[in-house]
Amino acid sequence: MADAAFWAICLVVAPLFFAISSFVRGGLAHVFGPLAAWLNALAVLGLTVSFARSGPLRYAIGGWQLPLGINFRIDGLCVLMLAMTAVTGLAVSMYALGYFSLRIGSARQMSRHEQQRLFFWPLWLLLWAGLNGLYLSSDLFNIYVTLEITGLAAVSLTALSGKPAARLAALRYLLVSLLGSCSYLLGVALLYRCYGILDMAALSRLVSPGPLLWCGLALLTAGLLLKTALFPLHFWLPPAHANALAPVSAILSGLVVKASFYLLLRLWGEVFAQVLPPAAYVLLGALGCGAVLWGAAQALLQKRLKMLIAYSTVAQLGYLFIALPLIRLDPGPAARQAVVLLILSHACAKSAMFMAAGSIFLKAGHDRIADLAGIKEVLPVSSFAFVLAGVSLMGFPPSGGFVGKWLLLGVSLAGGQWWWGMMLVTGSLLAAGYVYRVASRLLVFKAPFFSRRQAIPPVMEWSAVLLAVLAMLLGLLAGSPLELLAAGNQVFSPAGLEVLR
Amino acid sequence: MNWGGLLLVMILLSSLVPGLIIFALPEKSNRPRTVLNLGGALFKLLLILLMNVGIYQGRHFTVRWQLLPGLELLLNSDPLAALFSTLSTVLWLLTTLYAVGYLEQSPNRRQFFGYFSICVTVTVGIALAGNLLTFLLFYELLTLTTYPLVTHRGTREALAAGRVYLVYTLSGGAVLLVAVAWLQVLAGPVEFGGPPVAASLGAAHEGQLMALFFLFIAGLGVKAALVPLHGWLPRAMVAPAPVSALLHAVAVVKAGVFGIVRLVHDVYGTQFAAGLNLLAPLTILASLSIIYGSLCALREDDLKKRLAYSTVSQLSYIVLGVSVAGPLAAIGGLVHLVHQGLMKITLFFCAGNLAETLGVHRISEMRGIARRMPVTMAAFSVGALGMIGFPPMAGFVSKWYLGMGALAADRLWVVAVLVVSTLLNAAYFLPILIKAWFTPPDCSWSEQGGRGRVETRWMLLAPPLLTALLVIAVGLLANAQISPLAWVKLIVGLEYGP
Repeated sequence: MADAAFWAICLVVAPLFFAISSFVRGGLAHVFGPLAAWLNALAVLGLTVSFARSGPLRYAIGGWQLPLGINFRIDGLCVLMLAMTAVTGLAVSMYALGYFSLRIGSARQMSRHEQQRLFFWPLWLLLWAGLNGLYLSSDLFNIYVTLEITGLAAVSLTALSGKPAARLAALRYLLVSLLGSCSYLLGVALLYRCYGILDMAALSRLVSPGPLLWCGLALLTAGLLLKTALFPLHFWLPPAHANALAPVSAILSGLVVKASFYLLLRLWGEVFAQVLPPAAYVLLGALGCGAVLWGAAQALLQKRLKMLIAYSTVAQLGYLFIALPLIRLDPGPAARQAVVLLILSHACAKSAMFMAAGSIFLKAGHDRIADLAGIKEVLPVSSFAFVLAGVSLMGFPPSGGFVGKWLLLGVSLAGGQWWWGMMLVTGSLLAAGYVYRVASRLLVFKAPFFSRRQAIPPVMEWSAVLLAVLAMLLGLLAGSPLELLAAGNQVFSPAGLEVLR
Repeated sequence: MNWGGLLLVMILLSSLVPGLIIFALPEKSNRPRTVLNLGGALFKLLLILLMNVGIYQGRHFTVRWQLLPGLELLLNSDPLAALFSTLSTVLWLLTTLYAVGYLEQSPNRRQFFGYFSICVTVTVGIALAGNLLTFLLFYELLTLTTYPLVTHRGTREALAAGRVYLVYTLSGGAVLLVAVAWLQVLAGPVEFGGPPVAASLGAAHEGQLMALFFLFIAGLGVKAALVPLHGWLPRAMVAPAPVSALLHAVAVVKAGVFGIVRLVHDVYGTQFAAGLNLLAPLTILASLSIIYGSLCALREDDLKKRLAYSTVSQLSYIVLGVSVAGPLAAIGGLVHLVHQGLMKITLFFCAGNLAETLGVHRISEMRGIARRMPVTMAAFSVGALGMIGFPPMAGFVSKWYLGMGALAADRLWVVAVLVVSTLLNAAYFLPILIKAWFTPPDCSWSEQGGRGRVETRWMLLAPPLLTALLVIAVGLLANAQISPLAWVKLIVGLEYGP
């Protein structure tokens, strides 16, 4: 059995290789893409198994040790994020396989569809390589590179739809993404000026409060907040996520925003946790509350299904930020576990939701919520997937969202800061409201639904359902992933740091 | 997992698996669906009997599933769990039979029976829940699985009722979630059946515990339809008759009341709660619900709505019995959990028969209807007289113990509430009976067809007949060794000491 380092290298190299292959040999893209998805899942499985056996690990790329070289750091959080990307990515890839095999509309539409297929796979695999690299890297500059790859690939995927609205959204997304990256890069430069090293674990030992650190950290954080679309910086997200193609929406909402939040979690939860003042966490938490309220209120008002889901993402991201002050508050692992569970379960549920909505869009020819009543008759599986994913977004037991919310509620009550907990509960009630808006129309049966004759391939319906079921069961199975998280936490002091001394 | 644990899991699976298979079956395959439904119900009944025999022999079944350290799901078979799960299982079997007959020609039976099975799984899960987290899990799931049943007809009215139902129950669920999380922060995981955790917390937390108690009551009171949280119940009447029957006798309202019983007996402990003066407000709330529900019932002409308000009133008997804080009253309250279920399900079956066979929904249309449907109305009369509390029927036994308990606890005003309530019960049930039996029919009702050899289809007739017989039997044979009363005495003996 190969060791964890081998699998980690595979996780970056394989998607890149297949991205290039599927670009060069476009005719085989629909073979290369799913193949890469399965191989990626295999590699993550291998990585998880060897991680569970041998624990956290640092790997110096090319044998170059720390002050000079770039390190991969494999710990519990990293493995979980990779696993999330692998599972969700696999489901989306299967969905995309069905999506791009559809024969739709006129010859002109068909040729555009073909064009989209040719570009989708290379871009998606490139994005995937960027995400895997980001989760594995321990070096802030290397992370900048992966962040940029991810961002540019995501923007191109958004533009793929070709509709004017999508192009406009993609342009805005591009500007935001570049601005965010620039801000991040400036922050990284300042930090490098201060400490002469960019490895996260090393930085966590070295940092001391000071004006340069504050500036650097503010720039880093601002860039990442922009990319994570925290209220009130979320303006770009709903149009971009709502106007993209269905598999792209699932990728953007389920995976891409998680990457920049993951970095915030690393920086605020680990690297700079010792020096940051509590008030800063409270500020982010307060913005999170704003996101929960604003996102949900907007979702309640939307007329189009995909816009509703996109605003729901804004609201759900708010939960993650509410968890930040609680991580600070909590002496134990509970808040940290909770935020990871929320990330995982939102990735599954939101992707499933966008996938189901995509099928519904194709079948109905529109996504006006008011006119969707009765679609259950023609699309039972996707309707069920949508409702199930919605239920898990509401944080209903036994979903992963429920366990996460429960843990955070416990932390907030135990720590005497009950208002965070109340916000979470209010948020779930609001979520119930906007899910209900759709579910009440999807579940009801009435006169036969007038739909296109478009047949939705079973793989599209079932990949959404499986992902939604996974989100729902995540609460019951939460024990083992969180054990992995704990395994990485205990031994956070990295072996590679010894070189530094 | 041990064998006893396997038994509990099997009890849940015996209706969950048929439910899931039913969803996978095509709409048209009626026979396999009916076989699955009834087979699952019979198998579940068998398993429950096994469990009861085991408990009788002093065995104790548990099964645990750890989500995270300090966060685990626990199924547990204590006598109270056995009481509620037996009630649910028996009535589910009868209701399934009834529903098969009732929905014979209607569309979307697949969805109906699928959710129906899962709903019963969840109800039995509530019964068997061994700690607060598990209870919360099933309590919330019950909201979700009953919603499609309430809105089954898919009409505008049904959807509106469904929305009201969701608003009430989801808010209640959120309040309950906060309460459970708060208590867990104070006391760690709360398991039922041991010594009450709240009592062990000591004086330092008394203020918080008092606030928590009312938070719990607010959360549970929604499903238990305590006034003023009962608004959803009369509206939920748009559901098909078998759903109403199940909702009012076993599933939703009983889940709330059962939660209150658990709260008082297992979480706080009766003595401790009484010591904090928490039970007196609960008694007052219950009394208000009893009187208010009956007054509202008087006004309604719609038969199902009248029955719904009657539920609001009758359910609070259980809460009343638990809150009076004496063994006799507790026996009266707990036994009413079973008795009210039997009587109310009979009444709803009969109301469904009238609507399905003759299209009769209003009491004013019921003149002389007993001549057309004597068996149905006989069953209805048994249920109604039982509700009023005529000996020797089930309701009499409950009221007798409640009254004795109130006297024993020196609460004369509670006895007065019982008397007034009995008079009101008579005032809204007797006119129906008189109209049905003793006025000449004007035959204005419309035959809906589907008449069998007897007054209606046998599948609609057998269940109310059986439950009516049970109503008489549990009253007449209340002192038998396997009667609900004997079982309840066992439970109360555990709580109050022999």
